[in-house]
Amino acid sequence: MSILVGKETRVITQGITGKQGLFHTKQAIEYGTKVVGGTTPGKGGTTVEGVPVFNTVREAVEQTGANASVIYVPPAFAADAIMEAVDAELDLVICITEGIPVLDMVKVKRFMEGRHTRLIGPNCPGVITPGACKIGIMPGYIHVPGKVGVVSRSGTLTYEAVYQLTVRGIGQSTAVGIGGDPVKGTEFIDVLKMFNDDPDTEAVIMIGEIGGTAEEQAAEWIRDHMTKPVVGFIAGATAPPGRRMGHAGAIISGGSGTAASKIKKLEECGIRVAPTPSDMGATMEQYLKDRGLLEACRTAR
Amino acid sequence: MNIHEYQAKSVLAQYGVAVPQGHVAFTVEEAVEHAKQLGGKAVVKAQIHAGGRGKAGGVKVSKSLAEVEANARELLGKTLVTHQTGPQGKVVKRLLIEQLSNIQKEYYIGLVVDRASGRVVMMASAEGGMEIEEVAAKTPEKIFKETIDPAVGLLPYQARNLAFAIQIPDALVNKAVKFMTGLYACFVDKDCSVAEINPLVVTAEGNVMALDAKLNFDDNALYRHPDILELRDLDEEDPKEIEASKFGLNYIALDGNIGCMVNGAGLAMATMDTIKYYGGEPANFLDIGGGANEEKVTAAFKLILSDPNVKGILVNIFGGIQQCDVVATGVVAAARQIGLDKPLVVRLEGTNVEKGKEILNQSGLNIVAADSLADAAQRIVALV
Repeated sequence: MSILVGKETRVITQGITGKQGLFHTKQAIEYGTKVVGGTTPGKGGTTVEGVPVFNTVREAVEQTGANASVIYVPPAFAADAIMEAVDAELDLVICITEGIPVLDMVKVKRFMEGRHTRLIGPNCPGVITPGACKIGIMPGYIHVPGKVGVVSRSGTLTYEAVYQLTVRGIGQSTAVGIGGDPVKGTEFIDVLKMFNDDPDTEAVIMIGEIGGTAEEQAAEWIRDHMTKPVVGFIAGATAPPGRRMGHAGAIISGGSGTAASKIKKLEECGIRVAPTPSDMGATMEQYLKDRGLLEACRTAR
Repeated sequence: MNIHEYQAKSVLAQYGVAVPQGHVAFTVEEAVEHAKQLGGKAVVKAQIHAGGRGKAGGVKVSKSLAEVEANARELLGKTLVTHQTGPQGKVVKRLLIEQLSNIQKEYYIGLVVDRASGRVVMMASAEGGMEIEEVAAKTPEKIFKETIDPAVGLLPYQARNLAFAIQIPDALVNKAVKFMTGLYACFVDKDCSVAEINPLVVTAEGNVMALDAKLNFDDNALYRHPDILELRDLDEEDPKEIEASKFGLNYIALDGNIGCMVNGAGLAMATMDTIKYYGGEPANFLDIGGGANEEKVTAAFKLILSDPNVKGILVNIFGGIQQCDVVATGVVAAARQIGLDKPLVVRLEGTNVEKGKEILNQSGLNIVAADSLADAAQRIVALV
């Protein structure tokens, strides 16, 4: 088991003939993901990487039985692509696209109300269940199957955490990048709930950053509901206040949303916080050892 | 993107939002000329991209043309230091010459995108002129909010709720509703990220007007607003940050001596955190984004080296959408062009890492390879 994606997931790529769409579709297929098709309006009827291309998502779903999509279309068209996928009633839509206008996402969220699709992202690396299904842009080889769930607002910092776990022989159940945009489909708490309910996840690492209050809210949820050990990290301890650090989300103003205030809250809620980004793996290893879970979480080698 | 107050007022006026009559002046002569049209009296307001101008002496009520002239002369070219400019302050190059208003009471109206609800929220308070963050911290009950459904927009009843809550005089509530509706229309139409009217004023003549106006725009949406992009004032931005934005790089200058080039904002911040942890000081935040090409990497590298404080460089790339070989090629090209004479530590991991390492090894350049983030940070700190 795992969360969100697994061997049974059937994926289509929206924007499959674009440079990024094509490259990462190829990588996903090589990883073993069941990519069953793709869409590019006007290129329906062609084939790329051995999978059929359709003009519309609805057609792709009807023809292939896909239940998930991944979006690589440019930012100006990405909101439309998400809504097209939602309207086609896919279970899961993962939007990789970076740079979507915030008010487009406000519309998307409104459009999704009352519909069953789960959206991950936008501006995220995607979701991977190691050894089973990779949807997104993360490098597959750094992951190994295992029992630690990873959830993060930052893309590349997710890879860093996964890599540190892997070199310590600790595998991952599923790694989820929720994305750094202020308005997004899935929040920390949604993913934490899934990991809490997943019998094959023994512990979770949550990676946050400065700005907003999502980490604080997640910490409270963990304190009140989480039955599994959680390790945390907050990036941006040294960021100057009032400046936007790349992610639209990563801005701190006044005393709220600083790394120090977030770390304090996480610790108060029983989360073990890694002191530096290079200690994320080691902190998890030690915590698992303390809880007697380390052997259960070791990857068979 | 940020714009000046006078520009914001002119954008707002297009949406029927009431603003005082005023004109921008770049010289003392222009200031006097505009004041004459306003009847000889005016407020002379320094135009810089920062709040707190009034307290810093950047807003001068002038009761005669002589006063307008004296105040304009004083403010143009003056460096204003406010709590938002940093200690170095900002030089005033533009003035807003505006009609005097008979203020009866000041209020606050703001619009932001609320992360929690994923919607635009209008905030209002009777505490006009105070910073909203301060009001929120001390007396949160004095801030009233309406969450706006994007399908229908700000509804008149919501605007009335706010107007009555902050005690706009009953006779002026309809004017306040028109004001708020126009403000919301502008926010959505122009892809604002923040709109703040502080203060909103009620005047003796019975007008509801924006005495000050701040509009910030979503950078990701500027492609569909060429009219807004034209309002950009490069004088208000750091030259290196302007150069970075040409290449789509996220660059922020800092005070240290270790230049950083990283992919991803989170990892870039984490890299800065690690450098500091090992006793170094980052010279910049630089996120090359995802899928940067060789040209962009080269530009990033040159940008880092253009900072004279930089004594060494740390490149930390964990390739996902970013391919390591592309970064390696860009780094090598830039180092050759510039003639690199400073320590360079490179840590590569992820997509196409082997190809990337090979390119660096075969370049003949003096590059220190690192195995991990901690290793990379320790090496560069030791070298500078």
